[in-house]
Amino acid sequence: MSTSTLTRKKSVNNIPVNRKPVSWRRVGAWALVVLAVAVTVAPFLWMLRTAFSSNAALASNAGNLLPADFSLGAFKRVLGMQTPEEAIAEGGSGAAINFWLYLRNSVIFATVTTAGQVFFSAMAAYAFSRLRWPGRNAVFGLFLATMMVPPIFTALPNFIMIKNLGLLNTFAGLTLPYLFMTPFAIFFLRQFFLSMSREVEEAAMLDGAKHLRIFFQIVLPNAAAPLATLALLTFIGQWNEYFWPLLAGQDESVRVLTVGLGVFKSQSPQGAPDWSGLMAATLVAAIPVLLLFMAFGKKVVNSIGFSGIK
Amino acid sequence: MTTLTKQQQDPAARVRRPKAAKPDRKSFIHRSGDLKVALFFIFPAMIGFVAFYLVPTIRGVYLSFTEYSILGDPTWIGIKNYTAMLGDELFWNAMAVTVQYVGLNIGFQTVIALGLALLMHRVAKSTFIRGALLLPFLVANVIVALLWFWMLDYQLGIVNEIISWMGLPRIAFFGSEQWAIPTIAAVNVWRHMGYTALLIFAGLQSIPNHVYEVASLDGSSPTRTFWSITMPLLRPVMVLVLVVTVIGSFQVFDTVAVTTAGGPINASRVIQMYIYQKAFGESDFGYASALSVILFVILALVAFVQMKFLKGNESDLD
Repeated sequence: MSTSTLTRKKSVNNIPVNRKPVSWRRVGAWALVVLAVAVTVAPFLWMLRTAFSSNAALASNAGNLLPADFSLGAFKRVLGMQTPEEAIAEGGSGAAINFWLYLRNSVIFATVTTAGQVFFSAMAAYAFSRLRWPGRNAVFGLFLATMMVPPIFTALPNFIMIKNLGLLNTFAGLTLPYLFMTPFAIFFLRQFFLSMSREVEEAAMLDGAKHLRIFFQIVLPNAAAPLATLALLTFIGQWNEYFWPLLAGQDESVRVLTVGLGVFKSQSPQGAPDWSGLMAATLVAAIPVLLLFMAFGKKVVNSIGFSGIK
Repeated sequence: MTTLTKQQQDPAARVRRPKAAKPDRKSFIHRSGDLKVALFFIFPAMIGFVAFYLVPTIRGVYLSFTEYSILGDPTWIGIKNYTAMLGDELFWNAMAVTVQYVGLNIGFQTVIALGLALLMHRVAKSTFIRGALLLPFLVANVIVALLWFWMLDYQLGIVNEIISWMGLPRIAFFGSEQWAIPTIAAVNVWRHMGYTALLIFAGLQSIPNHVYEVASLDGSSPTRTFWSITMPLLRPVMVLVLVVTVIGSFQVFDTVAVTTAGGPINASRVIQMYIYQKAFGESDFGYASALSVILFVILALVAFVQMKFLKGNESDLD
């Protein structure tokens, strides 16, 4: 297959020829690409199809590709817009469930932790990349070392501490462990700050500018792109977080979407689960990330696929 | 599993700018007052670090030597939690189940991701295709798990509809002891293959073109080029990817928690599920902490062995 790559590369380097040799290899490779994309995307379409189906009609139309007996009932059920009687009639559990509330909680949880984490990590990264102070490298090494500690390991003691502080089932308890930093965020930003040119900062320093001003008016604006990427990745990660909210945020008032989904699934009638309701709920939970991805997909993709080892 | 995301991103970052990791340049204007300013800038992060990383880590190790039910105070019992583990069949079962999961998950995921990365590199460079393949990774574990829980349902799931349409017997994917772990592994292969492929793809792009050109001039066949050039040059990236994915894979929890909850019987009770149940189901925080210490040690060993392996290969391109 590398021959076809070479042919193409050469045509770019020498004469711009648009014709590419059509070989069975190439056709086969494209078939595999199409297959991979289909396998990736099809389940999401199935989610959509099920969410817009009426739960009662699913059984008799299991193999039908279009929504079975098109209905918005599942969404109404999930968003608390049906009475328990209506919900039970349509195959739901009838238990009070309100994904509007969980949606709000997820927005608060993900936004607060992302904003705090990115900002405070940027401050720390500034101290690690721009300031000289005794013990700097040792402290940075210690920060990095904790990247190795598996989250479950700190989750148990953190749970005990949050419980002892009386912060279980509050937004404070939910967000505090993520609010100040993650070793990864500091590492990521420090790397970027180190690679930034310092001429402007040095000039500003000569003009008597203080570090605070340099940080806010020079470093942060210049690092807008990596800060945005980090914030985007952090937000998606926080939005999807399950383990910690499961421990510290069981109460309905602070329950986030991922935890709500688990509860919804376990409440669903065992013999005949509310599949359309469940898929409508997953769709509601996935939509914000899907929207973000549609808006900033390229940024996300490039943040992972970018340049590689030089 | 966000943490998995974070951990997975970290080498990508390391991959990106290894040069910048050097201690910083000395050209900056230094003043003796930097310490005060530095304390100000690092203060919030320091609170977070000490309160939620450093102290909990030490406390976790301490708790593993105690009996503690969260009510009252921990009682020091020495290494009893660790000796109890030796005779704990559920612990060994959890280890076996986890290792089986990691083997299946990493095995298939790595091979498929490598294939996808080669396809991305050679035929399909479009960002759109890369984006599509990345999609499952951006959606929560819980969502992916529930989606497949529905598609693999015994009665109504589309996959079993297709299986039965082909005249084969239906499979209880999540409901049978023999299928539970392979199913969970497959679901997570589906979620992670695009992301892993992107990491490998980044590595592929770093192999200079002239290497391929020389190989082609020498009349090397595509297969030979792959095995004698692409793979050896890609090895450092592959090892990094493996370190990250194996560590993440050992900590599988979300998918298990919302689908099988460890069942049927003990078939899918992976180690993190067992820790969770010990701590929050049986209020045995001491024993759960000891289990976490063991998980931590295993992960450290895995990383260490793989990183050593990596160092031996770092100079391949020079």
